[in-house]
Amino acid sequence: MDKILLAHGAGGRLSHDLVHDLFLPHFPAPALAKLDDSAVVEPGTGPGRLAFTTDCHVVKPLFFKGGDIGRLAVCGTVNDLAMVGATPLYLSAGFVLEEGLDLEILRKVVASMKASADEARVEIVAGDTKVVEKGEADQLFVTTAGVGVVPEGVDISASNARPGDVVLLSGSIGDHGIAVLSEREGLAFRTQLTSDVAPLNRLVSAMVEVSREIHVLRDPTRGGLATSLNEIALQSGVTIRISEADIPVHDGVRAACEMLGYDPLYVANEGKLVAVVASDDAEKLLEVMRGDPLGREATIIGEVTGQAAAKVLLTTRIGGTRIVDMLAGEMLPRIC
Amino acid sequence: MKYVDEFGDPDLAATLVEGIRRRSTRPIRIMEFCGTHTVAIFKHGIRQLLPSTIEMLSGPGCPVCVTANSDLDWAIALAREPDVIVTTFGDMVRVPGSRSSLERAKADGGDVRLVYSPLDALRIARENPDRAVVFVGIGFETTAPTIASTVIQAEEEGIGNFFVLSLHKLTPPAMKAILDLGESRLDGVIGPGHVTTVIGSQAWEFVPREYGLSCVVAGFEPLDVLQGIYTLVGRIESEDPHVDNAYTRSVRAEGNRMALGLMDEVFEVCAADWRGIGSIPDSGFAFNSGFRRFAARERFDVDPGPPEEPAGCICGDVIRGAARPTDCPLFGTACTPSQPVGPCMVSSEGTCAAYYLYSGE
Repeated sequence: MDKILLAHGAGGRLSHDLVHDLFLPHFPAPALAKLDDSAVVEPGTGPGRLAFTTDCHVVKPLFFKGGDIGRLAVCGTVNDLAMVGATPLYLSAGFVLEEGLDLEILRKVVASMKASADEARVEIVAGDTKVVEKGEADQLFVTTAGVGVVPEGVDISASNARPGDVVLLSGSIGDHGIAVLSEREGLAFRTQLTSDVAPLNRLVSAMVEVSREIHVLRDPTRGGLATSLNEIALQSGVTIRISEADIPVHDGVRAACEMLGYDPLYVANEGKLVAVVASDDAEKLLEVMRGDPLGREATIIGEVTGQAAAKVLLTTRIGGTRIVDMLAGEMLPRIC
Repeated sequence: MKYVDEFGDPDLAATLVEGIRRRSTRPIRIMEFCGTHTVAIFKHGIRQLLPSTIEMLSGPGCPVCVTANSDLDWAIALAREPDVIVTTFGDMVRVPGSRSSLERAKADGGDVRLVYSPLDALRIARENPDRAVVFVGIGFETTAPTIASTVIQAEEEGIGNFFVLSLHKLTPPAMKAILDLGESRLDGVIGPGHVTTVIGSQAWEFVPREYGLSCVVAGFEPLDVLQGIYTLVGRIESEDPHVDNAYTRSVRAEGNRMALGLMDEVFEVCAADWRGIGSIPDSGFAFNSGFRRFAARERFDVDPGPPEEPAGCICGDVIRGAARPTDCPLFGTACTPSQPVGPCMVSSEGTCAAYYLYSGE
C-alpha cells in the first residue's frame, strides 16, 4: 500500500486502514479517536462568543521552502480565527486526494499539520477523506474549518477602523508569495527566501492581553497588504495613509519583484498581520509584538486619516503620493 | 537594496525637484515614450512633485497596447486550431481582441500557455514534437534580441515545430509618426531607457535634427526620472535641442552591439500596424529569408474575420498622447483593470491602468 487508490475513499477496509494507520497516529485528540460521527468537545473556559471559519487550500508545489500545504491549511484557519481576536480551539480537516497519490506525501502533509496544530495549541478533532479519479484533482486539496472563543470585551472587525488610529504591521511582506513562486515550474530562480507561514494566534493573544483598543486585525494573504488595507478602508469607510519607506520588505523579495515586475504590496503572506489600533496603545502593542518571534520586525506603517473617502494612499519614498488599489485579476509579469 | 535604494534617495530627489521648479519658467509638454516610465512616474508619485508648468503625456511605449486588433485576432484564431499550442507573455492573454481574447480561447479549450521567456516556448516545442508551438512575439527592441537568439537556437537544434508570430515593433519610427502628426504639441520627449540600451542613444539624433526638439534618455528609478526631467527642462528652457543620456549606467551611444547583431541576423525591417496610429513603414520586424520557416503566418492559414474596435474606447488616442485616459467615457466605469475594454487598461505598462491604479482619477 504505497499509493492512494479509489478504494481508499470507498468507506471499506482501505478507508478504515487509512484512518487508523495514517490519520489517527498524527491526530491524537480523544474526541477524534472515538470516531463518532461528530466530535463532542468542551466549549473552552470563561465567557465569550464563538468564532467559526473555514478555508480551502490548493497550492502548487505542495512542499515549498518554509512550509507545505498541511502547515498552510492549519495556519490559514488558525489565523482567520485569530484575526477576530479568538483563541482557536478545534479544527476539522477534509482531504480530497487524487488517485495515485503517494501515501508518503500524504503522511508528510499530515505530520506537518500535526506539528503546526501543536505549535498553535489547537486540536484536530474531525476529518473526512474523499478520493477522486486521476486527473480530477491536483494531488491533494485540504479544507480546514475551525472554532475558537472570542473573550468577552474583545471586538475586532475590519469595520472598526477610526480616524486617528495607527496601522501596525508585524513584519516584512511578500516572503510567502515569492518563496512559492520561486519553485513553480517555468519560473525557477534561486532564492534564500522561505515562506513566512506560521500560526499567529499566540502573537494575537499577547496583543489582546495588553490592549482592548485593537480595532482591526487582518492577515494579508492572497492579494497582499494592499488588498487587506483596501478591505479595511472599504468596510470601515475610512482613508488609510501608509508610508512606503516604513514597510519592511526583504531584499530577496524586492529583487524578485524588480525582476518580475511585481509589487510587494500585492504579494501573499501567510504569517503576518496588520493591526489598526488606537494611537494611545500603539507603542505598547509594538513592544509586545516585537517580543514575539513572529513580530520581531513589527513597525508602524501608517494611520487612518479621515472619512472623506474609502481609499488607501501611499506616501512614496521620495515624498510623492499615490493611491493603492486592490489587486485586479492575477499578477502578471511585465514584458520589457 | 544596493543599486536601487541609491536611486530613490529622498534628499537627492527633493534637490532635483527644487532644481526642476527653478528651471521651469513657462508651460511645456513632455511625452514619456515608454510605458515603464509612465508606471514609474505614477508609482513614485512624481507628477504631484512637478510644478504646474510641466505637463506629462504618456506615449505609445507599451507593447501590448500598440498591438493591432487584426494581429491579436489572428493569434486568437490560431489558438482555436487543433494541435497548436500558443505561448505568450502574461499581459497579452487578457487583452480583448475584436470578439474574444486568448484567455477566452483558453477557457474554450484552446491550448494557450503563459511563458516568462521565449526559451520556455522552445522547451514546450521540444517536449511536444507532435504539435506546433507558436510564440506570439510582441515587444520592442528590448525583447526582439531574445526572440532572435531563441530562433537561432531552434535552428541549431533542428526543432521543426516551433514558430513565432512576429509582432515586434521598432520605436524610432513610431516616435517619428507621433511627431509628424503634431497633435500632442510636444516640447520634448523622454526616450525609453531599456530600448535605448539596445539601440543606442544615437538612434534619437533625428529628434533634435529633424524636429528641433530635445530628447533625454532616462532610467526608471525615481532619481533617474527626475534627473531626466531636470535635464530636459534645461534644454527646453534654453532652446538648445539635444539628445542627452541621463541613464549612463546602462545606455551607450552605439547601443548593445551583440543584441543588434542578433536582430540583424534573424530579422528584416517591414511595415507594421500600430493600434491608434495605423501602418508605419519600417517599424516592424519580419523574419529574413534565412529564418522565414519560423514565421507563423507563412505556416498557418487562419481567418480571424475583420477587426473591430470596441465602441467608445479611445485607446488609440491615448497611445498617441492625443487624449488622456480620463477623457474616455468608459474609463473607470465600463473599463477597469478587472473588466478591461481596451488594451491600455490591461497591460501593467498601459497608460489607462497606471491612471486607474495609481492616481485614483
